[in-house]
Amino acid sequence: MTAQTMTALTVTGLSKTFPVSGGLLGRARPGVRAVRPVSFAVEPGETLGIVGESGCGKSTLARMLVGLLPPSGGSIEIAGKALDTADPAAFGRRIQYVFQDPISSLNPRKTIRQIMEAPLKLLHGMDRAARAARIAEIFASVNLREEFLDRYPHEFSGGQAQRIGIARALAAAPGIIILDEPVSALDVSVQAQVLNLLAGLKRDFGLTYLFISHDLAVVEAVSDRVMVLYFGAVVEIGRAAEIFTSPKHPYTRLLAESAPVVGRALAAPEQKDSELPDPLDPPRGCAFAGRCIRASAVCRETDPPLEKMGDTRFAACHHPLED
Amino acid sequence: MTAFLRLLFRNRLAALGAAVLALILALVILAPLLPLPDPDATATAERFARPFSPGHLLGTDHLGRDLLARLVHGTRMSLAIGLAAALAAAVLGSAIGIVAGYAGGRTDNIIMRAIDMLMAFPYILLALAIVAALGPGLLNALIAVAAVNIPFFARNIRGITVGLAGREFIDAARLAGMGHGRIILSELLPNVLPVIVIGVSTTVGWMILETAGLSFLGLGSQPPQADLGSMLGEARAALITAPHTSVVPGLMIFLIVMSINLLGDGVRDALDPRLKSGALSRPRATTRVDRKGPVPDAPAKGLLDLQSLETQFHVGPRVYRAVNQVSLHVGRGECLGIIGESGSGKSVTALSVTGLVASPPGVVTGGAVRYEGEDLLGMPYGRLRAIRGEKIAYIFQDPLATLHPLYRIGAQMAEAIQVHHRVGAKEAEGRALELLRAVRIPNPESRLRNYPHEMSGGMRQRVGIAMALANDPEVLIADEPTTALDVTVQAQILALLDELRRERGLAIVFITHDFGVVAQLCDRVAVMYAGRIVEQGPTAEILARPAHPYTARLIACVPELGGGKRELAAIPGLPPVVDKLPPGCAFAPRCDRARPDCRAGEIALAGSGRHDVRCLHPEVTP
Repeated sequence: MTAQTMTALTVTGLSKTFPVSGGLLGRARPGVRAVRPVSFAVEPGETLGIVGESGCGKSTLARMLVGLLPPSGGSIEIAGKALDTADPAAFGRRIQYVFQDPISSLNPRKTIRQIMEAPLKLLHGMDRAARAARIAEIFASVNLREEFLDRYPHEFSGGQAQRIGIARALAAAPGIIILDEPVSALDVSVQAQVLNLLAGLKRDFGLTYLFISHDLAVVEAVSDRVMVLYFGAVVEIGRAAEIFTSPKHPYTRLLAESAPVVGRALAAPEQKDSELPDPLDPPRGCAFAGRCIRASAVCRETDPPLEKMGDTRFAACHHPLED
Repeated sequence: MTAFLRLLFRNRLAALGAAVLALILALVILAPLLPLPDPDATATAERFARPFSPGHLLGTDHLGRDLLARLVHGTRMSLAIGLAAALAAAVLGSAIGIVAGYAGGRTDNIIMRAIDMLMAFPYILLALAIVAALGPGLLNALIAVAAVNIPFFARNIRGITVGLAGREFIDAARLAGMGHGRIILSELLPNVLPVIVIGVSTTVGWMILETAGLSFLGLGSQPPQADLGSMLGEARAALITAPHTSVVPGLMIFLIVMSINLLGDGVRDALDPRLKSGALSRPRATTRVDRKGPVPDAPAKGLLDLQSLETQFHVGPRVYRAVNQVSLHVGRGECLGIIGESGSGKSVTALSVTGLVASPPGVVTGGAVRYEGEDLLGMPYGRLRAIRGEKIAYIFQDPLATLHPLYRIGAQMAEAIQVHHRVGAKEAEGRALELLRAVRIPNPESRLRNYPHEMSGGMRQRVGIAMALANDPEVLIADEPTTALDVTVQAQILALLDELRRERGLAIVFITHDFGVVAQLCDRVAVMYAGRIVEQGPTAEILARPAHPYTARLIACVPELGGGKRELAAIPGLPPVVDKLPPGCAFAPRCDRARPDCRAGEIALAGSGRHDVRCLHPEVTP
């Protein structure tokens, strides 16, 4: 086996451009590049954290990875095998998704049992007895009581509903689970219950996670490596333990300094009038140059490529920060 | 189901409609069993017999046929046709709507433009054209009426489906391996069914009327068969000489359509989820105040002083104690943080200050809110309104929801100023411009002409803050103002608020669930749990030495950047529901320091007055 086939997930040049309807006279416009070509690999059993602010393309990327959105270009390989968008069930057996809003991801008019049975029946073709046994097994592993099975989603709290969402993802028996802001709709005291459950499940079932969040502290606590997205592109990727304490990209540093921390004085870490770049009129060169104090002429002309900086670190910056 | 019926029959008119309709239905269903003469048997000798004549209770028509028999059989026919048309239109229209809404894009566009073309014809013209093409007859009239009503269902259901198709549970169904057909049938249909039922119940009366109209014109039922429309049509010639022949079917049409419409409106109100809470009335302009005990009259501390405030929600027999004996105060230039999880009552506390809790179901049942010593709760509405926005202003979590989507930013800000001050449009706009500058919005001149959707979340929240500052308030109540924002934007907004408080001496009440934010902005903090303050004191002291176990556990739950990969602390269990609070400490079931006396009875908020805690076995003595 080569190193290539060892990875759990390999993404090569994956991109998404949303078409923009032209004006009345139909002058063709280039479209919004929600995700610019992105490449990365995830090892089996690893948790890759993905952080970025709203509009950075993290949800678009996640939806492409599970086949809910056809990519404009690039390829997705799971355990060495390429996936194509033609067969949603093929995606469902290999990679699953846990949604941000636990309540709205459960059909309000179905019982939890009906929700849990769908993937077992449709993806794995199990009969009734096998399904009941498997549901009991999964419910035990996510600490839910079986009497919940005949209730409807609105009867559950956010934390319980999120555990049901996780149970549904597990039912498909995938190797990879994409967690899209799985705890941001939950209260802090419940957040940790769900995060610790996820850590236990990963150990027990040998899962690989992609953990998307805007909360840097949560991402750092659960991830092995972290990938920082800005304006649809990877600006930095590296080990979770180091990336926020010694960032290479100025944007990573801005994120880390903006997170409110007990015991640090309040100060706006950047100019007050800065705004995100306009996706309809993307800047030339580095998308962050307009907000960056280190930006020079070269930043405004050419987009920096993602380059290796240190053992495990990659960053896309012409003027990376020193340690 | 029984809950639905109870809700339905609470509406008296709907109950009346149901009773009348049930009577008519019983009559027509039992028609073959009733001792009625043959409705089609003519007897010209007895034509135009008056009502109550022997053998003919309702008299006879122009051919001497018994009117009662014809009425019963005609009603049977009209109801059957009307219901069949309604069902056909509902099934076909909903199927078209659900497919168009789910498919979206080009399919949706083509289907809906075709439906629009169908709607462009006047309905009676379209029905006439269909009957003309198919030939007269009841079945063809049915087809025509159904076809005319398809667009109503198609458009309605498409609208609902478009909203549902973007929901996450549809994506989840696709990931569970469902195909399009299965998603439509098992995921979408159960969710749109109530809307279809409402559609049928509100249009079936109309369709009966339309069928009668076609029969009246001679295009529906053919002689000698009776239906209500054809009975009216045949009686038309004798309208003056024998009015009863028209009045009898006319009255029946009126009764049917009225009873169905009343019942249909009742079904709609009972099924509409917005009315499910039983609150069929509009909220009042201020929260109802019904104080059981005496009004506290302690001298006010600070600028705004909440004294033993109690706000409850009365829903049916249940009483939710959302805010329970909360006392807080904030002075000029001071920032008070209220921290708590969802359902802890922190937002209701904030809204109670100026009577903004929706009422019904909200009721203020005790305490006082003193602004500069004056009690806001007992104040007449006119005075309170002058204080809202002018002296005490709010910033809410989601600026997209609080700004009006159809007005420009400048117009909304000018309105906020002109409500409280008599100033011209020009002056108000100048003031708005000044405010946008004060909250550091770049290019304020062009931003005045923006609509809310044209701005980013951070910019919108700045507009929200600018509007709150429009009348130079003394107190600013900020309810999770940065929760919906990105961290880099949050940092800017917090810095802005801090600056405003220092420059203008604003008193800020800052509601949040985030200890990091509290630590950076607030001088003092109050921790709420299940409607009560469990701990309050100076921020630095509470963060360094939390006394209440809940505060300590909550602080431990918040992950901090720089800690590396680790197991996170959690609090087992869930917060209690505030309509079934346990006696004693509400946190006891989740607390590892709890002892039997914690569950015994009321626990007072006690301490030095600077740092107080509501706990018998605190972590440290404050």
